[in-house]
Amino acid sequence: MYGSSDAAAPAAAREFVDQMNAGMVRTGADLLCSLLQQAGVDVIFGYPGGAVLPIYDALYSSSLRHILTRHEQGAIHAAEGYARVTGRPGVVLATSGPGATNLVTGIADAYMDSTPLVVLTGQVVTESIGRDAFQEADIVGITMPITKHNYQVRDIDTLPQVIADAFHIATSGRPGPVLIDLPKSVTSGPARDAVLPAPDARGYRVPGHPSDEALTAIQDAIRQARKPLLYVGGGIISAGAAETLRRFARVNQIPVTSTLLGLGGFPAHDELFVGMLGMHGTYAANQAITNCDLLIALGVRFDDRVTGKLQRFSPHSKKIHVDIDPAEIGKNVPVDIAVVADVGLTLQALLTDRLSADTGEWRAQIAAWEAEWPLRYRADDTCLKPQAVIELIAQRTRGEAIVTTEVGQHQMWAALFYPFSEPRKFVTSGGLGTMGYGFPSALGAQVALPGETVVCIAGDASFQMNIQELQTMVDYALPVKIAVINNRFLGMVRQWQQFFYDRRYAESRISSPDFVKVANAYGVLGLRAATFDEAKVAIEQAFAHEGPVVIDFVVLEEENVFPMVPPGKGTDEMTLEWEG
Amino acid sequence: MERTISVLVNDRPGVLARIAGMFSRRGFNIASITVGTAEEEGLSRMTIVSSGDDAMALQMVAQLQKLIDVIEVHDISREQTVKRELALVKVRITKTTRPEIAHILEPFRVSIVDVGHASLTVQVTGDVQKIDALIGLLRPFGVTEIARTGVTALLRSGVLESGFAGADTPYRPLIEAEATNDDDLFETERE
Repeated sequence: MYGSSDAAAPAAAREFVDQMNAGMVRTGADLLCSLLQQAGVDVIFGYPGGAVLPIYDALYSSSLRHILTRHEQGAIHAAEGYARVTGRPGVVLATSGPGATNLVTGIADAYMDSTPLVVLTGQVVTESIGRDAFQEADIVGITMPITKHNYQVRDIDTLPQVIADAFHIATSGRPGPVLIDLPKSVTSGPARDAVLPAPDARGYRVPGHPSDEALTAIQDAIRQARKPLLYVGGGIISAGAAETLRRFARVNQIPVTSTLLGLGGFPAHDELFVGMLGMHGTYAANQAITNCDLLIALGVRFDDRVTGKLQRFSPHSKKIHVDIDPAEIGKNVPVDIAVVADVGLTLQALLTDRLSADTGEWRAQIAAWEAEWPLRYRADDTCLKPQAVIELIAQRTRGEAIVTTEVGQHQMWAALFYPFSEPRKFVTSGGLGTMGYGFPSALGAQVALPGETVVCIAGDASFQMNIQELQTMVDYALPVKIAVINNRFLGMVRQWQQFFYDRRYAESRISSPDFVKVANAYGVLGLRAATFDEAKVAIEQAFAHEGPVVIDFVVLEEENVFPMVPPGKGTDEMTLEWEG
Repeated sequence: MERTISVLVNDRPGVLARIAGMFSRRGFNIASITVGTAEEEGLSRMTIVSSGDDAMALQMVAQLQKLIDVIEVHDISREQTVKRELALVKVRITKTTRPEIAHILEPFRVSIVDVGHASLTVQVTGDVQKIDALIGLLRPFGVTEIARTGVTALLRSGVLESGFAGADTPYRPLIEAEATNDDDLFETERE
């Protein structure tokens, strides 16, 4: 029954009930569901609460699918996983106050990694806003610096345009999260059904084609270069430009290095691929970035984990930067040719001619670096090495699985040892570095693509940050394979303590429950492996199993990620092996 | 160098917070900010006075442009502009100082907007240097309160606008223009 104490005024409520009974109108929440469906939404990740009761009531009779997680943070990371593997916006719904604030980490994560999300939060009734009402939080104020844009809908008549603009803004240009705050009085109040209008955000411009002037400048630079290098990032994947990039690199025989977020944007097995660059980049990639004479940066943001010490970053190169976000141009590194445009359209326009001179000598030099120090680790028969686990998973899935990770050492090993050959297969928290991201994002990926193999490579510590989502996985029968790389430590923290704090392992040793028993308690298959042979058997068993599996890989405690560019050093000052 | 940025924004709740928040988060300083309704209904014009080198100014403009409620951004630091600020200055008076103060005020073309036995309040309009100069001259008499609006500015007619490098404009570092320094205090009174 409508017209509760929440409604704006008794008279208005009575009128609304009369109109409802006459079949003239529905609620704001019904309109919301209708608009979401018109915007192409098929699934919402969420968690109910007081301020979103009208929305849940509308969902009850809607054909929209809702995935109920066990924590709002699980819901938003799941939505991020959904968005990252499909390219479509993930949609999240949470209540006001704590529900909304529990989304904040996920919103910041999506903002850093340019993941398209539409985040719906409940809010207290409009008359209570600003009065510190029960479960009131100023989520619009809180999320201003971590959203691409946000709205509070105080008038139901503005909702259609807000929804249209929110989806347009979240998914176009440089994608990102958009939040819509919905007071309960608006979603429970009357509304007429409406057609989703065309987006109309006047101050919002999406760059497209590069100018002829820019293209000529790029072409001239490539023609003159002897040692060109493509430095590509997540923008290649957002732009859907992986295939164009592959053709461009091959036609011009230009080697390619990728950021963490760009992995899969260029095939790992391609002979032009030099590997990931940066703090844990390959020796060859970091040598190439230091020694190239032309750096072609596409859809990247010169993050500090990539550049190392700025003064030593690629000191001999002319730099081209193509990005759809004008604010990224020159933000960290001054560039010579800056192009605000879509990277896919730019590469397409450059494909007309073979541009580069003979790069044979340069490629031979890179091959020599690769031979000098290939990606490797010391195999050890007496224990299980984490890198070996990643390699076994890669073999079993033929490098074709969707892999999500948590954050830390296992994340870097996944990036280095799992050969991604297609875009949208690697789901990881790069910019914000969010522990607790990997497992829920795997669930979202599996919801989006039920036919794909989804593997979550987790650490023992970060898996525990959102371990409650095991029940979500069970509820929706999502057959995710969770590989816990269990080293009984916050591994990356421990590595830094070993290198820079004289092995004083302050609070980085961390205990875990018996993951096999935890899995079993949820009705999930749990396996354990502590040797290479056991790992092989467990992986075989896990991937032969139809449902979800948790595998506890008991690995060597003090294994480190190499190469490593120590903080404050240049990319050419890598530590290749620890001699301490 | 000092930067003057003219921003046309949607007149919506929270817009000032978005802009002020972005400036604070990115470490850009705000010397003054003025906001008022613009020529078109539903829009406001802000004039932000900040400081920074060319690279920082480009970042300010680009980061402002990213805000959805920002319609247009122009860095008018090196353009021919009309810049004005209004100040109210309360100064102590005595029988003996009053004629002297009146003598000082005369060439500034100020309005005396309030007079009491012990103080008077003058309203002065002009560019920053003019207001600074007047305040400097009044200080010895005892300035008890000052309220300044901050600078607001428009491009002069016929000046080619520059600013945000559009979607398909290749990035050009700003070329150091010759400094435009209006030393003449009273030059501004020519409207």
